[in-house]
Amino acid sequence: MRYIRPLSIEDAVGELAKAVGPAAILAGGSDLLVRMKGGFVEPELIVDIKRIGGLGDVTETAEGFRIGAAVPCAVLGENKALKKAWPGVVEAANLIGSKQVQGRCTITGNLCNASPAADSVPALVAAGAKAVVAGPSGKRTIAVESVPTGPGRTSLAKGEIIEAILLDKRPAHAGDAYLRFIPRTEMDIAVVSAGVNLTLDDHGAIKTARVALGAAAPTVLLVEEAGQVLVGSKLDQATLDRLAKICSGACRPIDDKRGTIEFRRKVAGVLARRVAAIAYKRAGGK
Amino acid sequence: MAGVAVSTTINGDAVEYLCQPDETLLEVLRDRLGLTGAKEGCGTGDCGACSVIVDGRLVCSCLVLGAEAEGRKVETIEGMAHGDQLHPLQQKFLEHAALQCGVCTPGFLIAAKDLLEKNPSPTEEEIRFGLAGNLCRCTGYDKIVRAVQDAANVMKGA
Repeated sequence: MRYIRPLSIEDAVGELAKAVGPAAILAGGSDLLVRMKGGFVEPELIVDIKRIGGLGDVTETAEGFRIGAAVPCAVLGENKALKKAWPGVVEAANLIGSKQVQGRCTITGNLCNASPAADSVPALVAAGAKAVVAGPSGKRTIAVESVPTGPGRTSLAKGEIIEAILLDKRPAHAGDAYLRFIPRTEMDIAVVSAGVNLTLDDHGAIKTARVALGAAAPTVLLVEEAGQVLVGSKLDQATLDRLAKICSGACRPIDDKRGTIEFRRKVAGVLARRVAAIAYKRAGGK
Repeated sequence: MAGVAVSTTINGDAVEYLCQPDETLLEVLRDRLGLTGAKEGCGTGDCGACSVIVDGRLVCSCLVLGAEAEGRKVETIEGMAHGDQLHPLQQKFLEHAALQCGVCTPGFLIAAKDLLEKNPSPTEEEIRFGLAGNLCRCTGYDKIVRAVQDAANVMKGA
């Protein structure tokens, strides 16, 4: 096995593109090292991306925020401007693991690990976040929901690295939120989760809405119909009931030790209602 | 496998070592450098017994490669006391009997030190959440929480 620490994204892409055997990208390592130890992956090349310029930074631009691929989730929680603009994304990122894991884990890694139960991903999908992908043929920017294609699988090609996650600048009257169900209060993996992102008009009616569900299908789900049903409403009871029904119906969950299909369907609806209410309040709705 | 040459700082001392690319920082600390305070409990980042601080961030050293420590500042339990002078947290763990078998203790002390450096007056809830990444199968946690509260009071007075 070889460990390298390139200083530029071009060098990292070049090394990954010409790697003959299995190669792995290392940022926080909180998934990779566990998988290596368990014998699930045996990379011949590890590309540590933490010394690449800009990948460790959160920058506020005219368009919004750029979160480098190597930024630990703890740093997101310490960024006041980001927390104010995207509280749902930050609360989701900060739910991953312990303080120790927070010091290492990244939202890009969470996305690329492609677990259906990844905490930050429903929040990022609801937020309409984009991923900047660097590869052998240049850079492209894609919607985060197009990255995971199944448990542990992504749409990224050989040699491609996500170098940053982009979040839009927030208009007035906007709010997002994330909740997960776990049978305890801390340090667990979502049984079901939901992220909601809303913008309101000047009268408090919902102008745009995106709803995403986690651990409810092989990938995190963007439930477009659930977003549409919220638009124009002020989150009255009938709308919330419809939202819950659509979310429960959109699930394609599995039965496992964490929960049954029936339970996951039910809770997906319950969480969607609760998360929508939090996002609405954060957006200034009454 | 070719070794990786690493220059780093551990508890304020410049340290150089050669390690394998897949060797964890925990393995380097224990097996190459003789710093056996950090323990391997789970090896998967769940138990916190291997906690160390790297560049001001609390991490599980079982989830860090030894090679990643290049140019970093690593703090381990071995650097917590000043000579014979115990850190207030160490003293309070003794006074409150906040340990039994002791395997989790170095990790708890490092995690509690990091917690109090970032939040000198934590509530009981903040202490419990802050130390949620450290598992103890002996104490039931109450004595640990009380030791941390008492140490926080001492450190504020200092």
